[in-house]
Amino acid sequence: MVAEQYLPVMYLSVIALALGAFFTLVGILLGPSRDTAVKRTPFESGMPSEGSEFRRYGVRFYMVALTFLIFDVEIVFFYPWAVRFRELGFYGFWAMALFFVILVVGLVYDWKKGALEWE
Amino acid sequence: MELLLNPVVISLVKVLVIILLFVMVVGTVLTLMERKWMSAVQDRIGPNRANIGSFRGRGTLHIAADGLKSIFKEDTVPEGANRFVFTIAPFFGFFSAIVIWAVIPFAGPLGGFTFQITDVNIGMLLVFAVTSLGVYGTVLAGWSSNNKFAVLGAARGTSQMLSYEIFLGLSLVGLFMIVGSVRVSDLVAYQNTYWFGDVLPKWGVLTQPVSCVLFFVAMLAEAKRLPFDAPEGESEIIAGYFLEYSGMRYAAFMLAEYVAIVGIGALTVTLFFGGYHVPWLHADGFHLLGAVLPLPAWLVVLLQLGAFIGKVLFFCWLVIILRWTVPRFRFDQIMALGWKRLLPVCLANVAVTALVLLAVDGWQ
Repeated sequence: MVAEQYLPVMYLSVIALALGAFFTLVGILLGPSRDTAVKRTPFESGMPSEGSEFRRYGVRFYMVALTFLIFDVEIVFFYPWAVRFRELGFYGFWAMALFFVILVVGLVYDWKKGALEWE
Repeated sequence: MELLLNPVVISLVKVLVIILLFVMVVGTVLTLMERKWMSAVQDRIGPNRANIGSFRGRGTLHIAADGLKSIFKEDTVPEGANRFVFTIAPFFGFFSAIVIWAVIPFAGPLGGFTFQITDVNIGMLLVFAVTSLGVYGTVLAGWSSNNKFAVLGAARGTSQMLSYEIFLGLSLVGLFMIVGSVRVSDLVAYQNTYWFGDVLPKWGVLTQPVSCVLFFVAMLAEAKRLPFDAPEGESEIIAGYFLEYSGMRYAAFMLAEYVAIVGIGALTVTLFFGGYHVPWLHADGFHLLGAVLPLPAWLVVLLQLGAFIGKVLFFCWLVIILRWTVPRFRFDQIMALGWKRLLPVCLANVAVTALVLLAVDGWQ
């Protein structure tokens, strides 16, 4: 059975989540709780917190996320090809070379458009 | 006896032994060792004050003292935080740091018993899938904290982890091409084959030296270790995305980070430094230049276990000593290094590997 091979992954997930729960609960249950108004304010280097955290952030962060999305999906196509590379021989090489060129053209376009600049 | 041979019981025992007796223990000890090595680099003594009576144990008691202190600290949640998201964020760090151990082999098989929790055929793809979940811990912790520093740290961390995930995945393509498999046991077994008869082992670091460096750098960035710790940047944004966490939940973030360091060591060793293999040691003993030194199977397994743990500890040490050797990169430098230097190198590495493999296979 294939599914049986993945059972231990589930045990590990359960252990990881149990550890997380342990760390969360132990602190809450055993730690003191002396709540004051000052303690509840966000810590921003001792300055009074000004305005909401949801302000405008640099658009570069979103550009990186978009570029990541494109490249990550393209890179997934490499794995099945890489595993079968030696059996596929020259046919596989040229087929992937075409894909590879498209990927590089995309990277060059991104670069020239300034999407990778952090200015 | 019947119960002990049940495969479910065996794998449960393996899971518990590996996680609770190796991974968590090494991770915990690393929290102290980092401070000890830091102080050695800076010519100080380092933590040595925690004591029981007159016993100090050169600072080893600080591990217990830190744990107790975290437990009895107040656990605060800032005003305006999203409590549910704030609570679940620390879980992701543990999840991504621990589940990768499912596929790491610790030693060769002994009889029908394998020192690996499970040998699934998707191997490294499972590792990629699980490590990429770690980014949720960062983004959720920062987003839910209602703190501008935390949000900035989370934005930085997310950008960095997403970027370096690409190089992480791409750096191993060359290795998969050479071995023709992503199954971890195949990747490790290949590294116990040899060039020139039986002289030079085909370790990943020798067959794919460039991707070894790329992989190690990408793993450091994924774990947000120095020189890639702009998301945490103590001196600029305090502690970044987990700034508002206190007490045990803060300890959870720290411990997950150290467990992730052990994971970096284990993955680097498994993929590039022969895994559990000792050079020239096969299942029946040492083979070198035609000479054979036969060894009993249990001794071989013991040597492999020792070799694996020793190599992993070496890489843990390397990760920590790197922190005190190189300064922190600026964030724009991190992104430029990734997209403008490492990505072209990764792509070139894949192309060169393809050409070399075709040349070698065609020539034979």
